[in-house]
Amino acid sequence: MSGAAVELTGLTVRFVSRRRRTVAVDDVTLRVEPGEFVAIVGPSGCGKSTLLRAVAGLVPPTAGSVTLLGQPVTRPQTDIGFVFQRPALLEWRGARKNILLQAEMRGLDRAWAARRADELIELTGLTGFERALPHELSGGMQQRVALCRALLHQPPVLLMDEPFGALDALTREQLNAELNRIWRETGTTILLVTHSIAEAVFLGTRVEVMSPRPGRIVSTLPVDLPVERSYAQVMTDERFDRLSSSIRLLLGAGANH
Amino acid sequence: MSEQIVDRQLTPRGARQVPSAPPRPGTRLVRLVEALWRPALLLGAVFAAWWFVAEREYVANYLVPTPAQVAAKMTDEWSFLLRNTFVTLYETVIGFVLAALLGLGTAILIAYSRTMEKAIYPIVLFAQVIPKIAIAPLLVVWFGVGFTPKIVLAVLIAFFPVVISGVAGLRSTDPELIELSATMGAGPWRTFRKIRFPNALPHLMSGLKVAVTLAVVGAVVGEFVGADKGLGYVLLVANGNLDAALLFADLILMSLIGIVLFMLVEVAEALLIPWHASRRSGVPLTTS
Repeated sequence: MSGAAVELTGLTVRFVSRRRRTVAVDDVTLRVEPGEFVAIVGPSGCGKSTLLRAVAGLVPPTAGSVTLLGQPVTRPQTDIGFVFQRPALLEWRGARKNILLQAEMRGLDRAWAARRADELIELTGLTGFERALPHELSGGMQQRVALCRALLHQPPVLLMDEPFGALDALTREQLNAELNRIWRETGTTILLVTHSIAEAVFLGTRVEVMSPRPGRIVSTLPVDLPVERSYAQVMTDERFDRLSSSIRLLLGAGANH
Repeated sequence: MSEQIVDRQLTPRGARQVPSAPPRPGTRLVRLVEALWRPALLLGAVFAAWWFVAEREYVANYLVPTPAQVAAKMTDEWSFLLRNTFVTLYETVIGFVLAALLGLGTAILIAYSRTMEKAIYPIVLFAQVIPKIAIAPLLVVWFGVGFTPKIVLAVLIAFFPVVISGVAGLRSTDPELIELSATMGAGPWRTFRKIRFPNALPHLMSGLKVAVTLAVVGAVVGEFVGADKGLGYVLLVANGNLDAALLFADLILMSLIGIVLFMLVEVAEALLIPWHASRRSGVPLTTS
């Protein structure tokens, strides 16, 4: 049975407040193999963030089960890297020290962590901004710092919650390309949530389409594009167009991404 | 292939050497003058008005003494005044430090535990709304005429702003940072030390600035009620003797204590949170 990086079986998450009950995630079954890049696409408020938080153990399932690397998830998981939509950086720390927070909180070896941070800074093009405070960095650069922080401890699984949702289109494409490269180079399993169809198809080896509330997976589409991708190449590929249109149809004609 | 090229072009690598604030025009002296001329002008105007009114005796000198009389009183009585200034300063500083520690401790309890919040908040509020001047005599009965009742009063009066600002600061932590901290496997102490406490500092510092000025009030009120030393005691003596010059000298010293302590907290703030928006002067390094 095991071997999967992430496995959701009949996952349901309900929120109960005084006024009403909300079904955020409804009976989702999903299996992510090690090394896969699974993109979950759905409209805003369809419960995809909740799904990701359930995988991280930050939200308890109402029904069903979550396993991460073969272990049942019952509390916050540490074998993961998490990237939020907002960079969530410590505004009093420079870029490098923000990345190293991961090591400090885990009590990792300092020398090792420092070398690793420098590698990641190089990998994401943050060289020259090591000491810059978050407010001195652009949104794209801040999100790069957040990505480095999530990767520092070499997590087997990376969870990303609309990581580039707040960025402008150009920066977003650029970071998508970088993420594709990082994924190829590190072999990390990535589960990414997005409301951008183009992003999902560009990044994923598989796209899971979610319906709006209650959040259900309505379709699974394998992406038969080469592993190494660039926008210039992919945008002209008719497979990209075909996939995008079918996702758009699945999400309902109104969606415009 | 081509994303590499795009990457190179858009990443602002040219800005490599930047991370330091851009130099601002003018020397240190020029900047100091620029910062100070407005308050100096206003203060000068007030002083001139005082001097004019007192010197011309539009108001009798036993009510408003001339600046010269006050200065003379200060030089004549300097050792007496200095001794009493130190007494009040001591009470204020001890009271302030205790209020800061107790206030922060209380704020942590309130911010971390709903039960504690429900239990403590009413007491904190009660301690705040009860008129301090009204309980000062009680404190003298309990603790005598030594330092203790003054310090207790300074603590009582300075405590509240520390608690309120501390709770606000600790509660203002980005919930995503707390979640992040959980996925990093950090315990509550590490989360507090690395994330919640530094994040609360800007709020806390504003509370401390208010608290330090209030601590002076607490100490002086304590001295009013029962003391044989301190600036509050001197004030009563001067009042009894209708010695307006001494009274003015005393008031100036009291204000000085407050101003100096306030500035010290400001310096501490500048050292502790140079990164905060309220203290920033730089511009973003990148715009993409």
